[in-house]
Amino acid sequence: MRIFATYNIKGGVGKTATAVNLSYLAAQDGYRVLLWDLDAQAAASFLFRIRPRVKGGGKALIRGTRSIDGAIKATDFDNLDLLPADFTYRNLDLLLDAAKKPASRLGSLLAPLSSQYDVVFLDCPPGISLLSESVLHAADALLVPLIPTTLSVRTLDQLTEFIGRLDGTRPAILAFFSMIDRRKRLHREISQQLPAQRADVAATAIPSLSLIEQMSVQRAPVTAFAPRSTAARRYAELWREARERTGLPAPARDPRIQ
Amino acid sequence: MRVRSYLQSILRQFVLGGGSDPDPVLELPGSAFALSYAPRSATLRRVWLDTFDWRLYRAGLTLEQATRSGGRAELVLTGRDGEVIAEDHLARRQRPGGGEAGAGPARPAWPGLLDALPLGPLRDHLGPVVGVRALLPVARAVSVLRDMRVLNSDDKTIARACLDRMSVTYPEAGTAPPRLSLTGLRGYHAQALRVAEWLAAAPGVTDASQTGLEAALAVAGRRPADYSSKIDVTLAPRMPAAAAIAAVLTALFDTLVANVNGTVRDIDTEFLHDLRIAVRRTRSALKLTGDVLPSGMVGRFRPEFKWLGDLTTPTRDFDVYLLGFSGMAARLTAATPDELQPFHDHLERSRAAAQRELARGLRSARFSGLGREWRHALAAAATGSTRPTAARLAASRIGRAHRRVLRDGGAIRATSPPESLHELRKRCKELRYLLEFFGSLYDPGEHWRAVRELKALQDCLGEFQDMQVQHEEIRAFAAQMMERRAAPATTLLAMGEIAAGLAARQQQARSEFAGRFREFASPAAQSRFRALTGAAAT
Repeated sequence: MRIFATYNIKGGVGKTATAVNLSYLAAQDGYRVLLWDLDAQAAASFLFRIRPRVKGGGKALIRGTRSIDGAIKATDFDNLDLLPADFTYRNLDLLLDAAKKPASRLGSLLAPLSSQYDVVFLDCPPGISLLSESVLHAADALLVPLIPTTLSVRTLDQLTEFIGRLDGTRPAILAFFSMIDRRKRLHREISQQLPAQRADVAATAIPSLSLIEQMSVQRAPVTAFAPRSTAARRYAELWREARERTGLPAPARDPRIQ
Repeated sequence: MRVRSYLQSILRQFVLGGGSDPDPVLELPGSAFALSYAPRSATLRRVWLDTFDWRLYRAGLTLEQATRSGGRAELVLTGRDGEVIAEDHLARRQRPGGGEAGAGPARPAWPGLLDALPLGPLRDHLGPVVGVRALLPVARAVSVLRDMRVLNSDDKTIARACLDRMSVTYPEAGTAPPRLSLTGLRGYHAQALRVAEWLAAAPGVTDASQTGLEAALAVAGRRPADYSSKIDVTLAPRMPAAAAIAAVLTALFDTLVANVNGTVRDIDTEFLHDLRIAVRRTRSALKLTGDVLPSGMVGRFRPEFKWLGDLTTPTRDFDVYLLGFSGMAARLTAATPDELQPFHDHLERSRAAAQRELARGLRSARFSGLGREWRHALAAAATGSTRPTAARLAASRIGRAHRRVLRDGGAIRATSPPESLHELRKRCKELRYLLEFFGSLYDPGEHWRAVRELKALQDCLGEFQDMQVQHEEIRAFAAQMMERRAAPATTLLAMGEIAAGLAARQQQARSEFAGRFREFASPAAQSRFRALTGAAAT
């Protein structure tokens, strides 16, 4: 089981859109995929039309009084399940703080699912907190959407430095530019220069497109409702790059027969 | 439509509208759910496979080859609850002029033996159940499948449904009533159950009591497992013996006829085996009970059934050798299995010649004439004399046969010649057949026990006889092969080693005989036997 997390300290940079589309593409490839919507705002749950409610709330999950298995819901798509958000997730930090070994808690909650899923996506809320620390410990790879500004590059440096200080295994970082506005010179320049200069920045960039915003109207991944669109093609390129850079093995099963 | 999701995790299945509406449209008005139909239907070609004697069905298994339009064939083995046990994906048929059309092992042609399937879990599961029998299509159909999603008020899919309109093409053409299968989705089980309840209460919808295979067969008025090589007649104790024997002989002839096509086409070895047993039972019935039939009938037909029995012997003898060949080869210690190859080739060639003779005989005017006249004679015999009753005849003939086994077996000593055991084996076989003919007259538990006790003795005698026959035959084969210069010396030496092994096994059976017979002839076993037939005759 390989765990990807879409993460950034900043909000509104395209984390949820990335998690939703990449998890859909992974499922289409034949991987058995789970997406965990960790954000109390429940955007990923909303996009899959799944009610943001977990019995017993975040407390029962973190404490382990209710199994994570029983909270999982099938999406409308083959091979893709979702662990929905819950309003109580806003207190996940406090709950983790009260748990034993909070930093490794998410990883140990996910471990029993390794026979059911090949790929897990964690859609994280913005910020830097105990929850983020637990995500960084659990994840094999971080997918970090960046708005092409000087400040966001600084944020990536800060994140890299923070991860460098973590004990134990550290996730690989794959940053990529998101919400690029081709009309802005700065966006164009940074998004072209940085991937050439830094190995941790993907060559693929996701443009700012109204079709991506349409996802909240369609309540489905853009890769599902407009698979031939530019947006869908970019997400497919990003998923290919993420798969290759993290050495994800090919799915065990033929997607055509599932 | 994907075959696997179609077959897997079905929550509940329904039959719609009793088949009157060819394209029923389902709706869920008044429920909290809506149905969303897939824009297009998918076509699925389906072939259900089983052995001629329904070994898979009897073991609670269903094997289906399903092919999507333009897709690959998939073989799926399911259990009693429709759960997938194993599956294999087969390539598309070879195109004329060469070139494999798709990935995966080539699609086998049916009927076919199990070794036509690729090695893997599916074949591993089927092997112990199917044994030496061929898999053959027991039903064929084309399903037009329409996928549906069941949506809640958020337009979220909470269950999937599939409407299956099935046109059966074999064993008879016809249309099965439309079926709807409902599949649950993770996390929405409670809602899917509500949908199922709602559907079950809808007008014209009933729970499907049949599997797809059963529904396909029902079109032809058939059911699975409608063939068995066992004698399937129900006799009444007071019915006239002539009518009872005619019923038994009719059932035996039905079995014989059912196996002719498979024997002629040489589909697997067991068609001939079952056919031979039906002939042998018929001959025994004529010999042991033929006196209650109209006069002249036995004299007219006994030579014909002897002819038929003799016609089948050579092929079966080679089958016995070939079926046991790998076991024989594995037991070699001095020689290597490769050295036996010329012997194997010799057996194959000889069998092919014998099979041609057999097929010719079964297609002959003599055989078809025998069938016509035999049926006619049996119909007349059933309305003949009313005395004695079936139970009295059974008691007297079984009693006599039992006494003969006890007398002949009791006379056998360590020094007795092999022929005395061969004769005893024949007497045991006659007793066994009588028990089978009249089995329906008796208490099933007591009957089963009597057969089991006799079978233990028969197994020992059978081993003794088989080893002797095979020992003699292998020497004859060796002589033939030498004469034709068809075998190198190493092969003849290997055959010699096999002959020695057969002799040792025969000796072993001989040494076990006394103990087996003692058990069969024990006072307790004897009184059980007498009680069995006595109760029905009084």
